[in-house]
Amino acid sequence: MSKRTIVPFGPQHPVLPEPIHLDLVLEDEKVVEAIPSIGFVHRGLEKLVEKRDFIDFTYVAERICGICSFIHGLTYCMAVEELMKIEVPERAQYLRTIWSELSRIHSHLLWLGLTADAFGFENLFMQSWRLREYILDIIEETTGGRVIFGSAKIGGVRRDITPEKLDEILKKIRSYQKEMLEIGSYFLEDSTVKHRLQGIGILSKEDAQALGAVGPMLRASGVSMDIRMMGYAAYGKVGFAPVVETAGDSYARCKVRIRELDQSVDIIEKCVQQMKEGPVEIKVTGFPNGEFFARSEQPRGEVIYYAKANGTKFLQRMRVRTPTFANITPLLSVLKGCQLADVPILVLTIDPCISCAER
Amino acid sequence: MKFLLMVKSVVKNLVRGPVTERYPFVPKKFFKGTRGQVLIEIKKCIFCGLCQRKCPSQAIVVTKDKKNWEIDRLRCVSCAACVDVCPVKCLAMDTKYAPCSDKRYKDAFNA
Repeated sequence: MSKRTIVPFGPQHPVLPEPIHLDLVLEDEKVVEAIPSIGFVHRGLEKLVEKRDFIDFTYVAERICGICSFIHGLTYCMAVEELMKIEVPERAQYLRTIWSELSRIHSHLLWLGLTADAFGFENLFMQSWRLREYILDIIEETTGGRVIFGSAKIGGVRRDITPEKLDEILKKIRSYQKEMLEIGSYFLEDSTVKHRLQGIGILSKEDAQALGAVGPMLRASGVSMDIRMMGYAAYGKVGFAPVVETAGDSYARCKVRIRELDQSVDIIEKCVQQMKEGPVEIKVTGFPNGEFFARSEQPRGEVIYYAKANGTKFLQRMRVRTPTFANITPLLSVLKGCQLADVPILVLTIDPCISCAER
Repeated sequence: MKFLLMVKSVVKNLVRGPVTERYPFVPKKFFKGTRGQVLIEIKKCIFCGLCQRKCPSQAIVVTKDKKNWEIDRLRCVSCAACVDVCPVKCLAMDTKYAPCSDKRYKDAFNA
């Protein structure tokens, strides 16, 4: 056995947008074990629920994550709406679906850019982020914010989109779809990219299930599981099938995300076609009581919100299980046996969002 | 295996020129609904204090007897909760952001 060395990776590292620390135990250049430590950006947002009333907390929930902000706010609203037995108007459900999918597109484009940057393909990074900027413009135009949408609300949504605007968005998104496919083809067909991704960090189907992987990480290993299939918001009405790949390596995870970009555009298109005129919110009276688990599919995977209320305006307890937190265990499993040079790519393939995981 | 796939996009880039805006020279265009900073028409304000109660970041302080409305610009998260709740619609959202500062500052309005 060769001599073992420990190399610290992070919390500050060029490929990491957010701080996570890994102690990599190496034998020559091979990683034999990875020991994670998190907690660098803990903000105590779950505790804050005891001091902010349940309506104000929507704004806090949105700020748990900067990228999947809308879906965080949405899931929190879904949990409280279930406790208060509120029936959300149909148009609001469709608008929620459209914004969720827009945030999925911008998150996946962000991930593609970061991954390209991690394997040293700076031009591809630039192209992905250029496209992301157009999506952010649509989001800003419809909600008023670029990354913090601020449009989820208990009992509906805060803003409506006019039918003319919806048609315009659809036209724009269709033209971006072509560009997305073009950028996707660079990722999937270019030989340099294939060299860095194919066969790296294979997670078997059994491991993915046993270790509790979620989102694209799980679907790339051949498990067809997507919380959107449960039909929250308007997902039950639009009809789609989860994107599944079977290889389980980094390339498959990349492919899942690229195919999901395409799928998201289709979902938005179906929503726009099916939407009918109507109210976008209903008045909320009374206070929540009871406890509930709300689940939804973020770009990174399944997020679970647990809310416990006692009939006052302050919730008693709120707990968030974010996708990154669930994906850290499978990450440690794929890191075992990989080369040191592949560690940045593997850490990125779970699409880490550390501020989410630590709240 | 394919090589040099990006040549087409590189050529397109060269012909099209930069996509980024030349920001300080070309002013940023905001959208109609962008949430920038909160504006107040102080003459219309009835000092009911609803905006203070609804503000999630506790940036607004309303003093009814002194007829004073005060906002801490760096605490404000531009969520527009105050604009939604205002009964006389004296609050509005500007598309421009509040000017940057290295110190905490408050904008006070007195009627």
